[in-house]
Amino acid sequence: MSSFASSLLCLQEGAEPVMQMTCRDRNRIALQSDLLGAAALGIKNVLCLSGDHQRFGNQKEAKNVYDIDSIQELQIFRTMRDEKTVWGGDKLEQAPNVFLGATENPFADPLEFRVMRLGKKITAGAEFIQTQAVFDIERFERWMSDVRERGLDRKAHILAGVVPLKSLGAAKYMKTKVPGMVIPDSTIERIRAVGDVKSEGVKMCVEKIEQIKSIKGVHGVHIMAIAWEEIVPEIVQKTGLYPRPNV
Amino acid sequence: MIIAEQKPLTEICRIVENDHKILVAGCKSCVAICLAGGEKEVGILAESLRLYSDLNNKEWEISEVVVERQCEKEWVREIGPSIEGKDSVVSIACGVGAQVVQELYPDARIVSGLNTSNMGAPDEPGIFLEKCGGCGDCVLHLTGGICPIARCAKSMLNGPCGGSQNGKCEVNPDTPCAWDQIYNSLKRLGRLNLIEKVIPPKNWIPSSSGGPRKIVRAEAVLTPEEKKTKEGVD
Repeated sequence: MSSFASSLLCLQEGAEPVMQMTCRDRNRIALQSDLLGAAALGIKNVLCLSGDHQRFGNQKEAKNVYDIDSIQELQIFRTMRDEKTVWGGDKLEQAPNVFLGATENPFADPLEFRVMRLGKKITAGAEFIQTQAVFDIERFERWMSDVRERGLDRKAHILAGVVPLKSLGAAKYMKTKVPGMVIPDSTIERIRAVGDVKSEGVKMCVEKIEQIKSIKGVHGVHIMAIAWEEIVPEIVQKTGLYPRPNV
Repeated sequence: MIIAEQKPLTEICRIVENDHKILVAGCKSCVAICLAGGEKEVGILAESLRLYSDLNNKEWEISEVVVERQCEKEWVREIGPSIEGKDSVVSIACGVGAQVVQELYPDARIVSGLNTSNMGAPDEPGIFLEKCGGCGDCVLHLTGGICPIARCAKSMLNGPCGGSQNGKCEVNPDTPCAWDQIYNSLKRLGRLNLIEKVIPPKNWIPSSSGGPRKIVRAEAVLTPEEKKTKEGVD
């Protein structure tokens, strides 16, 4: 289902969604049109992504769009919101009042460029950042230290990604098949060694969130419970984030 | 150069199935270099078609011809006599060459025996890599001499995406990540400042979304008088 439709359903259920808008399937005209629609319907948060390549999906023979990339998408959306104009230059009667986000993968290469690229995204308009799933906490800490050095943690809200592992098969699948996801062998081994994988998966996820909480400059986490959405409330409660703490 | 590869023999046979007199027409340029449609490949394909015909009682009459460049009318005119009386011409030039032959001989049935793939270069013997996306608005001066349009799976202008791992592209681990290459090239050249700047949305008008593109070099265009004189000479 499209993120637009799912976001609207979330909104109708009383939740505040983050709508994901990828550049793979839509050109700049469609993306701007969707943004206006989303804002008009009350969707406030928009995550700008280039999108997973179609080769990873179930319709590999499809043609992709990639008229623009995620950084250009941010640039266009910010122009619409702050300058009340569409990219072509025409004035908007009403600017889309949205909070713009981007993703960053601290585990992708070239390592020394990842923070610079985060800076580009923030310059282009990102106000919040959702990172790829954090399994390798040491590498994430190194990345965050570079982020702080450049002062980027003060320019955008960084949300670290966490993924609860439901089964050994799921962990292996994510390690080998999900683009950009890096799962250390030690994590796989820990899952392999236990009998009750699900409760160990929750435990590991809660541990990870606790570790992340202590890293300076991180403003939150986003839980990607892939095909295990029902576990989210338990994780949130166990980490003491529900009820929502006063910060 | 143009990189192409031959269609499977069974597909070519299916295309010309109901024909009798068949000409295999090659080209000595790009497709000869990428071992798809040069003189040697014409000989091999023609012989393969003859064998197929013998084995399947097709009674095909297969003849062969090669021109210097099938994309230029001046050269293609040379093969007029060979095309005469043929039921089909299997062009194993690139798709450009095959179309030029069709334009010059509108009553002949020109079919392509190749799949034309890209604008690229030989990398090492037997390996050919795509290099240029033909976008009509070159950005190589910004990207360390590496084309992100053709060489990045997402044609990103502000890469690399989150799928770049150990210098490889997430889509195919055999493919180098173009943006990893761009980063390293700009670093070598001492121009990393170029990658720090956001490249704005690209103008795709000079690219291929507006129908066939046309480039006019006014100084080379013939006047009506010059055309008449030339036609007289031809």
